[in-house]
Amino acid sequence: MADTSDIGRVGKPVVMKIEAGKIREFAKSIKDPNPLYRDEAVAKAEIGGIMPPPTFLMTLAHWDDGDGQPRVPLDTRRILHGEQEFEYFKPIYVGDTLTAVTKVANIFEKTGGRGGTMKFVVMDTDFTNQKGEKVAVAHFTVIETGQAVASS
Amino acid sequence: MTRTKRYFEDVKEGDELPPFTVDNLTRGDFVKYAGASGDFTPLHYDQTFVEAAGIPTVFAMGMLNAGILSRLVADYAGLENLRKYKVRFATRVWPGDSVTCKGKVTKKSVANGEHLIEGEVQALNQKGEVAIQGSFRAALPSRG
Repeated sequence: MADTSDIGRVGKPVVMKIEAGKIREFAKSIKDPNPLYRDEAVAKAEIGGIMPPPTFLMTLAHWDDGDGQPRVPLDTRRILHGEQEFEYFKPIYVGDTLTAVTKVANIFEKTGGRGGTMKFVVMDTDFTNQKGEKVAVAHFTVIETGQAVASS
Repeated sequence: MTRTKRYFEDVKEGDELPPFTVDNLTRGDFVKYAGASGDFTPLHYDQTFVEAAGIPTVFAMGMLNAGILSRLVADYAGLENLRKYKVRFATRVWPGDSVTCKGKVTKKSVANGEHLIEGEVQALNQKGEVAIQGSFRAALPSRG
């Protein structure tokens, strides 16, 4: 049985500013040439301003000094990112300041193939903007495999 | 306008999202994504580390592939219309691999005054193996 005692643990709130330069860098790194991520005038006319790409909230990592993710002991040589889900409730724009709160939503085990028993940890992060509106939720599922992540 | 505005009435269940391919992902691409995202998990850039873990080479972050695939969804449904984007990681993507993104609309519905479309998307490597199985939901404007 997986140790589920960490379920419900909450990290410290992390404040994250939505910046144009970071959005531009992120869009480049995912090879998306869309001018909506680069050209303020185009973005303003079409969608009200520069919005981040759908997976940009992952950059929360840059703002977290280490206390934002509630600790669950995992072996970094054996971890895989299993699933990621984002739900979007309100638009996010450059200039917004988001506060992210992450909690351990679930921990469970499954018997895998070559990897033996796999431990799943699900973290939910709520993102709230400077007006107090909940703008998005991210669900992050990490898997710790029974042995080193073998080549495929 | 840089893009065509897509209305709910323009979409049919079964419609395909226009596919595209990103060729030849490199270690440099993984490093750029590490810098852009803040994901410095050594599995994606540190050859010494991965060999010690029994893996032949570094491989792409799942979220890099998910980011590449997100363009398919954002271009089709409109970034501002997206309500959900979900990805499940399957095969890893190695240096030199290509990623082809494709998908289709699976469902249309109206709920709480929103005109919703749902769809399935995939990122495939050059052998046709699924790297990512994904899904999305978006609320499109309606001509009423």
